[in-house]
Amino acid sequence: MRPPIGFETQPADGPARRPDAATARRFEALALPHTDAAYNLALRLTRQAEAAEDVTHDAFLRALTGFDSYRGGEARAWILTIVRHCAYDWLREQKRKSTMPLTLVVSDDPDHELSWEPHDPDQETPEQALIRKGEAAGLHALIDALPPRLREVLVLREMEDLSYRQIAEVTAAPIGSVMSRLARARTQLGEAWRRLQDVKEGRT
Amino acid sequence: MSPCGHDPLMVQALVDGELDAVHAAEIEARIAACADCAEEHARLTDLHRALSDEALRVPAPARLHRRLAESLAAATMEPAAEPARPAIARRPRPWAWMGGGAGLAIAACFSLFMVAGVMRQSDLLTHELVASHVRSLQVAHLTDVETSDQHVVKPWFNGKLDFSPPVVELKDQGFPLVGGRLDYMNGRTVAAIVYRRGRHVINLFVWPDTAIGGPETVNAGQGYGLRHWRAGGLTFWAVSDVNPADLTQFEADLKPRTGG
Repeated sequence: MRPPIGFETQPADGPARRPDAATARRFEALALPHTDAAYNLALRLTRQAEAAEDVTHDAFLRALTGFDSYRGGEARAWILTIVRHCAYDWLREQKRKSTMPLTLVVSDDPDHELSWEPHDPDQETPEQALIRKGEAAGLHALIDALPPRLREVLVLREMEDLSYRQIAEVTAAPIGSVMSRLARARTQLGEAWRRLQDVKEGRT
Repeated sequence: MSPCGHDPLMVQALVDGELDAVHAAEIEARIAACADCAEEHARLTDLHRALSDEALRVPAPARLHRRLAESLAAATMEPAAEPARPAIARRPRPWAWMGGGAGLAIAACFSLFMVAGVMRQSDLLTHELVASHVRSLQVAHLTDVETSDQHVVKPWFNGKLDFSPPVVELKDQGFPLVGGRLDYMNGRTVAAIVYRRGRHVINLFVWPDTAIGGPETVNAGQGYGLRHWRAGGLTFWAVSDVNPADLTQFEADLKPRTGG
């Protein structure tokens, strides 16, 4: 079991102090190797390439400002925590603008999202979309159809290879919740994936 | 719960490598005995295999790397407020071809040496190894020869190096060979043999053994682990961000086959 990550994600109160060059260099050496991981999480949470770039960019600047509060631990998990905060801020902002489709709505109540229903019977299913877009779309369409709270644990575990402990720190959830969300995410995704295989093999 | 009374979350924990050896053995025994547990296990490993496809992971666009480098530089105090020596990092970077992000990361590692003053040679080597590993992860510089066939990688090194690095296949142990590359380390041209563990890259740097030592095991910080051993007149350094247990296993699998 890894030790707790040990950092805060909110910058301390008071005017932001500009970091000196040595601090900035130290931050860059620590954080920039995780740019791909940060962007990947931002992309899966926002589901829009341009928004993912903005979110990743803002997260790194926020991380630099809050670098004083970083007390060691795994840098990737620290960065991903901040990326996740920024991504949810962006999703809330989209909701506030209130012109976004239902699928982007984020509630403060996590259970709301866990019971979130991705399928509109009049719309094409993620499987149909995937067939239409071709193999290049990979499993993205299916992953993106999961509710955000399930999607994030799946991305952190399967794509970023984080441990349960790290996922719990990043998503601010107990390990038990991480395990059950992960199981639900895999069940939902697994079923959709098998339906897709069936469609591709002409079994339906 | 399956009929054997087992919690599917434990099967999941096994697949995720979250169980200690005792519990892992217990769950493996249940999988062997219970059809439901076996099906659950097969379902999870199939999905894991599909999701670990590297193509699913979208890398950050070059534009974002550039934008980050610019914004981070702009958010930093002017160089007048800092000691004179680190300003070296602000010179035009000859490694700009690697992309802004990598260049900055390397520049950052480099400037750390300047700030810290004279470091011990082994520390210097450690930083050089990590910097080279990070650089190799940037687009299109992981391998010069890309193949999972050891019989292609080994001859490729011949004529490019004044020594012959052993190229060992470790696919069955869960470390598929990705390819090889020439690198520059410790003041000489060295062989970099590249393996994968899941989506993590392991760089194995090899060059003729010299008097320069270095600890056998180093945690270089920044999430990178290092392992070092010597065998057959060569010195070996494995660098990766895989978890320490995997890197230890990599060393244990590889070392006997390099004559160590």
